Amino acid sequence: MIIASHLYKKFGSKEVLKGINLKIYDGETLVIVGPSGCGKSVLLKHIIGLLKPEEGQVLIDGEDITRFSQKKLDALRMRMGMLFQSAALFDSLTVEENVGFGLRKHTDLSALAIHHIVSEKLEWVGLPGSNNLMPSELSGGMRKRVGLARAIAMEPEIILYDEPTTGLDPIMTSAIDELHVSLKKRLGVTSIVVTHDLASAYRICDRIALHYGGQIVAIGTKEEIINSPNPLVQQFIKGEAKGPMTLL
Amino acid sequence: MFLVRLVRDFLDLLGSLSLLFMQTLYWTLHDLRIGRFAFKNLIDQMSRIGVDSLPMVAITGFSTGAVLVVQIGYQFSQLGAQRYVGGVVSMAMARELAPILTSIVVAGRVGSSIAAELGTMKITEQIDALETMAANPVEYLVIPRFWGCTFMLVILTVFTNVVGMIGGSIVAVYQIGLTMSTFQDSILQNLKIFDLLGGLIKAGVFGAIIGVIGCYKGFTTENGAEGVGKSTTGAVVLAIMFILAVNYFLTVGINNFNVAYIQ
Repeated sequence: MIIASHLYKKFGSKEVLKGINLKIYDGETLVIVGPSGCGKSVLLKHIIGLLKPEEGQVLIDGEDITRFSQKKLDALRMRMGMLFQSAALFDSLTVEENVGFGLRKHTDLSALAIHHIVSEKLEWVGLPGSNNLMPSELSGGMRKRVGLARAIAMEPEIILYDEPTTGLDPIMTSAIDELHVSLKKRLGVTSIVVTHDLASAYRICDRIALHYGGQIVAIGTKEEIINSPNPLVQQFIKGEAKGPMTLL
Repeated sequence: MFLVRLVRDFLDLLGSLSLLFMQTLYWTLHDLRIGRFAFKNLIDQMSRIGVDSLPMVAITGFSTGAVLVVQIGYQFSQLGAQRYVGGVVSMAMARELAPILTSIVVAGRVGSSIAAELGTMKITEQIDALETMAANPVEYLVIPRFWGCTFMLVILTVFTNVVGMIGGSIVAVYQIGLTMSTFQDSILQNLKIFDLLGGLIKAGVFGAIIGVIGCYKGFTTENGAEGVGKSTTGAVVLAIMFILAVNYFLTVGINNFNVAYIQ
């Protein structure tokens, strides 16, 4: 289980997280939605230890990762995968080298074994045979799928998705969502997805959390969120410009 | 108040650069000890740095050697001291001009490209991606660039010396009217191995400065494409400033060593 407890973070004078409390259960997909710029990605980066909070804890399996040494953090990260908003593929490496990066670095597998694993993962994400392409030769959707193949290459227990469908057309968005669901079935992973795409959130979620003003203002199943009396939730899911939620 | 902030910012910068330098040394020793040093990445960087800089370094070295001979040759001819031209030019090249000019060229060509490359990686979250895969960015990105700059600057400085002497000898023979043997004898009689070594030590230090500053500027890039532009120019300006400042102290140190132990 992952628990974010009283997380505070500020950049300069701007407070981004103001006491976030959140629990993510093993094997579930929690989708964190919220307006652009509200700090969803910042929260995700705390969960994988890329950022440290001013106050508060991130507990994974009962251990506070904000106090981890680099060695312990690296060991934890080998159990996690992250898909970045921009896919963050290494420009100078081929698709095969990108996807197999973690395997080459952290395992003693032979080049042939790594090639087989990479090819398998690329097949899972619907890109068989793309091993030798460079990132510059890929479309936005393909880059995201390669990023996802890289995130799952080590078969992690936890996958973090930072805006996996932003900038994609509806068909590609749907394909990525289906991929997410099928990966969850195959690997049984815990997933945390940050997005502001509600249609996508409804398709993949077990629960949805609304992040606004540096806090989680609502959390529940898809039905609970849709029927929530909270005016912030209603404004967000209806996409209304006027209401208690102001533009950031 | 402005002065206090300036001093604080400078100390902050110095601290950050020292920290990155120490991390680079630590991870280098660590990787060598466990036999995981990425020699392939180092060779890649060295060939890139060499190929990027070679034409500019060749032109700079050749023209500097030629111009020095023109300036010194005419003056010395009037004093009847032509036989010292080769020695004076070669000493000036070996001790100061070759390491300084080569490092300024490399700072412009390579320091900027390191800052731009790592800066782009930073803003496109590639460096975050490395960390999420439990890969240390210093180990993976800084070590090959740092040592690539350090080793290649020494090699390029040797090249600048050679090309400078070729340029100088051509001018000495065809414009000043010296014989080739006079010019060469002057070099062999006056230029000491310590002059060459001192220049190469400087070159190695300047290469390390270019590598650390280029990587630091790349890692601290913010604010998208504009930030990459600022990091790129910042890396060149900062590296040249540090090279010129450090050159003074190195010159004093090397000269004192020369006087105390060699002469």
